[in-house]
Amino acid sequence: MASVVSAHRVALDAAAVRRDFPILRQRIHGKPLVYLDNAATTQKPQAVLDAVDHYYVEENANVHRGVHSLSGRATDSYEAARETVRRFLNAADANEIVFVRGTTEAINLVAQTYGRAHVRADDEIVITEMEHHSNIVPWQILCEEKGARLRVVPVTDAGELRLDEYERLLNERTKIVAVSHVSNVLGTINPIAEIVRLAQPRGIKVVVDGAQAVAHTPVDVQALGCDFYAFSGHKIFGPTGVGVLYGRKALLESMPVYQGGGGMIGRVTFERTTFADLPYKFEAGTPHIAGAIGLAAALDYLTAIGVERVASYEETLLSYATGALSEVPGLRLTGTAPAKASVLSFVLGDVHPHDVGTILDREGVAVRAGHHCCQPLMARLGVPATARASLALYNTREDVDALVAALRTVQEVFG
Amino acid sequence: MSAELQDLYQEVILDHNRRPRNFRVIEDGSSAEGFNPLCGDRITVYLKVENGTIKDVSFQGAGCAISKASASLMTESVKGKTVEEATALFERFQRMITGSGDSPTESLGKLTVLAGVRQFPVRVKCATLAWHTLRSAVAAPGGVVSTE
Repeated sequence: MASVVSAHRVALDAAAVRRDFPILRQRIHGKPLVYLDNAATTQKPQAVLDAVDHYYVEENANVHRGVHSLSGRATDSYEAARETVRRFLNAADANEIVFVRGTTEAINLVAQTYGRAHVRADDEIVITEMEHHSNIVPWQILCEEKGARLRVVPVTDAGELRLDEYERLLNERTKIVAVSHVSNVLGTINPIAEIVRLAQPRGIKVVVDGAQAVAHTPVDVQALGCDFYAFSGHKIFGPTGVGVLYGRKALLESMPVYQGGGGMIGRVTFERTTFADLPYKFEAGTPHIAGAIGLAAALDYLTAIGVERVASYEETLLSYATGALSEVPGLRLTGTAPAKASVLSFVLGDVHPHDVGTILDREGVAVRAGHHCCQPLMARLGVPATARASLALYNTREDVDALVAALRTVQEVFG
Repeated sequence: MSAELQDLYQEVILDHNRRPRNFRVIEDGSSAEGFNPLCGDRITVYLKVENGTIKDVSFQGAGCAISKASASLMTESVKGKTVEEATALFERFQRMITGSGDSPTESLGKLTVLAGVRQFPVRVKCATLAWHTLRSAVAAPGGVVSTE
């Protein structure tokens, strides 16, 4: 295969990609590791490990504070990371990129600043039945405080949003729509541009939880038109503890501050404090500098391979996996939307997903079992829990075959 | 299949999972609810104590094979025992499945089929959920216990 290819028509070389991820070389219970828990967290390529290491070995200092050389270097790398994120999301301005701890903090930030300033008693916030707890609870807290109401868009049996119901829910009291780009349980890719198109003319702000999307499908925040977009570094091959909130500049500027502290101030006296400009007004305290640098390395890594190419590779793998799992007797997939990312949630006869997970682990196959932080969705699907295999760019057909073989072992155990 | 798996999913456990004993409601006793927020497992333990002796005990709920079999075996083991005896049994059971102490399995009767859990530390909570719930039903009827 040619070493330099830009077109995503050339298939991704998964064997080469796998060599970039040291952790994938290990064995679990004597079996080769088959890592299928990418929706929980992704593994890290050597390039990310090197970038974090390089920062601590060569550049470690606080940012935006020191007059010394190291501080200058650390600041340059940290701000270069912000520019890398901007490019990755195609945001208009690097000041629209706020570094946070992760998707959860990003959503809480919007709820506690924009939300607290604009949501009043009897207002409504629209979420969906497929949301992760992190895109439910922050809004519930806000509604509780303000006397506002949470409205929920239902999903179909296949796991698609009922857009007709969504449109029906929007009214003059609706202030915010909060929706996931990709469901962590169903894999459904939601039509964000359409959701925005219906909300924006009514002055409703749209917050998108992109945690499950960014590593698997190209994201262009200007094309989507959303007001806020949040994602976590660790779900896109970067470090834990760092994430991004994108917000449209005019909105971020008009919003009250989030946490108070160092780095987010203009001038402080005991009588009054003025606040820093964007994006620093939302970054109180020393940020996760190494995390931001590691995240940028992850985005560079993914961009070099090509997100479009990853998406097309995963689509093919998903279709192979869907076929292979469908042939396992008694297995039922939950989430069968036509527009779907590489997440396969399933139940296997009457075997509890926890037992499935334990037995798969002994075969070296790592999956998630449980409610996936989506208890309301589990209730909607009528199951207490599911097992979930979630694929990423380093997974192969062999991984899927190993999963299927391990599922046969489960059936052997449970008869 | 590995020896550890065979040890964990013994025939007795699979049988109690398929056909849980004392899987019913006791109307005129006390009860408590237990749940594991990490996996969503839920159980209700019902209890009838007279003069310090457990006259009847049962459970209902949904969970994995380990939690269901453990609950089923627990009801069989504590019925007819005094509350003190049941508490002591729980302590010995916990020592066995966490692999701590001398693990005096000889005094655990049929509960020893759950000894394989010690090879699976993340499943210890599944095996003890019913017992924690039983303790709550004795000490604080109507309460809710959580593994977290």
